Amino acid sequence: MTESTTASSGAASAPQSDSSRANHRVGSDGPFLAGLILLGGTYISIILLMIVADVAYTDPGSLLAAFKSPEIQFSIKLSLISCCVSTLLSVWVAVPIGYLMSRFRFPGKSLIDAVLDIPIVLPPLVIGVSLLILFNFPPFSWLSSVVVFEVPAVIIAQFMVAAAFAVRTMRVTFDQIPLRFEEVAMTLGCNRSQAFWQVILPQAKSGLLAAATIAWARSLGEFGPILVFAGSTRLRTEVLPTSVYLEMQAGNLKGMLAVAMIMVAAAAIVLVTARMFGMQRLQA
Amino acid sequence: MIEIRQLHLIQGDFELRDINLSLPSGAYGVLMGRSGCGKTSLLEAIAGLRPIRSGSIRLGANDVTALKPAERGVGYVPQDRALFPTQRIRDQLAFSLMIRKAPESQIHDRVNDLAKLLGLSELLDRFPQSLSGGEAQRVALGRALAFRPQVLLLDEPLNALDEELHEEMCDLLQTIHRETRVTVLHITHSPQEARRLSDCHFRLINRKLEALDQ
Repeated sequence: MTESTTASSGAASAPQSDSSRANHRVGSDGPFLAGLILLGGTYISIILLMIVADVAYTDPGSLLAAFKSPEIQFSIKLSLISCCVSTLLSVWVAVPIGYLMSRFRFPGKSLIDAVLDIPIVLPPLVIGVSLLILFNFPPFSWLSSVVVFEVPAVIIAQFMVAAAFAVRTMRVTFDQIPLRFEEVAMTLGCNRSQAFWQVILPQAKSGLLAAATIAWARSLGEFGPILVFAGSTRLRTEVLPTSVYLEMQAGNLKGMLAVAMIMVAAAAIVLVTARMFGMQRLQA
Repeated sequence: MIEIRQLHLIQGDFELRDINLSLPSGAYGVLMGRSGCGKTSLLEAIAGLRPIRSGSIRLGANDVTALKPAERGVGYVPQDRALFPTQRIRDQLAFSLMIRKAPESQIHDRVNDLAKLLGLSELLDRFPQSLSGGEAQRVALGRALAFRPQVLLLDEPLNALDEELHEEMCDLLQTIHRETRVTVLHITHSPQEARRLSDCHFRLINRKLEALDQ
């Protein structure tokens, strides 16, 4: 039907190309769509199969044993607390940096943009090593006895990587809010701060939630920098990824999987909660 | 009154030079010109949203050239209206008074008066996403008028409205102007709109501003 319409309108404007237009046949879209589905579907299937395999391999007994172990209990508790603290810290710095980078032009902005990518592109282990070295120099070294290989090191290691992702998310969020809103707010009597708090930040709520979710998930999975900077001492600096590593070292495959499942569940709860709140905000 | 003297404005590779404009207090001025000729930039310069190279802008008795947008006492309705998506209509109308820390009772009375004037009384608890084009335009007008500005700047306020609504909004703008005696500068592409509303008619041609006789 589309082809015949094209042919008739072509006939009116350019009669000499009439025959070539009439003969033009468009191939099926099937192979293209099949390619998309095949390539995308393979990846999505592997994600789901990974989780299914984990669940199938875990037995309730080892899961229960993991929950009963004081080491794992400590590790769950420390993971939850440290992730929440590092998420709060990440959002705390991501909002001002994201807003600055989105709204202002200043000398050296592209350099700062590149600096903000360092924690994302640097190998995680190197971040741990760099933190360890940094705390050899004053003023950081003054605090090193209470930070390095202690709980604050866990939080700092998580924060350094999580904040970089939160900053990216907040910048995109502010980029998507037109400057016009601030301008109108300023003609209505606001200074920059009032325009930000009253008009812009309320619009950034779903982005804020996304930034917090990403920061939390990154913090939960952080391992390399924690291992180097905070160590892997049981009942002291052991978080869930450390537990997986220690169980594996001890050859306890079932225990390792049980801890991994706890992490899958925690990540799923955060993801679902964030999605639910995100949906509510969109519908409001 | 709006009085612009020798205004020089550069924005990117766009430039306006030697712009002079005089609009008496309480007058309704209409500014016309081709798309992209700088009408919006000029309006934004008056509102303090675009920096100017040189020249002066007086609003009423005050030279506002160096003042921040918030200190100029200008009601501004941009082309896209820019209603705040997270605020109910009531809060948008109250916004400028709330920022000025006006007493609760005064805010309440002003919101109700504006809602009556603009026919928004039924919509006060709604969010802007659920409004029609004409309703959104009336809210944007109300929000800009709430703090009783001495000057009202309207950037193509009747664009994208159907003919019937267009007439209705023209009537409303005339009513607002009559009742508030605010000095209005209104950008439009429609000569008919200009004839109907304006006391003073300006045209921006080849980066020069001309005042046309009414």
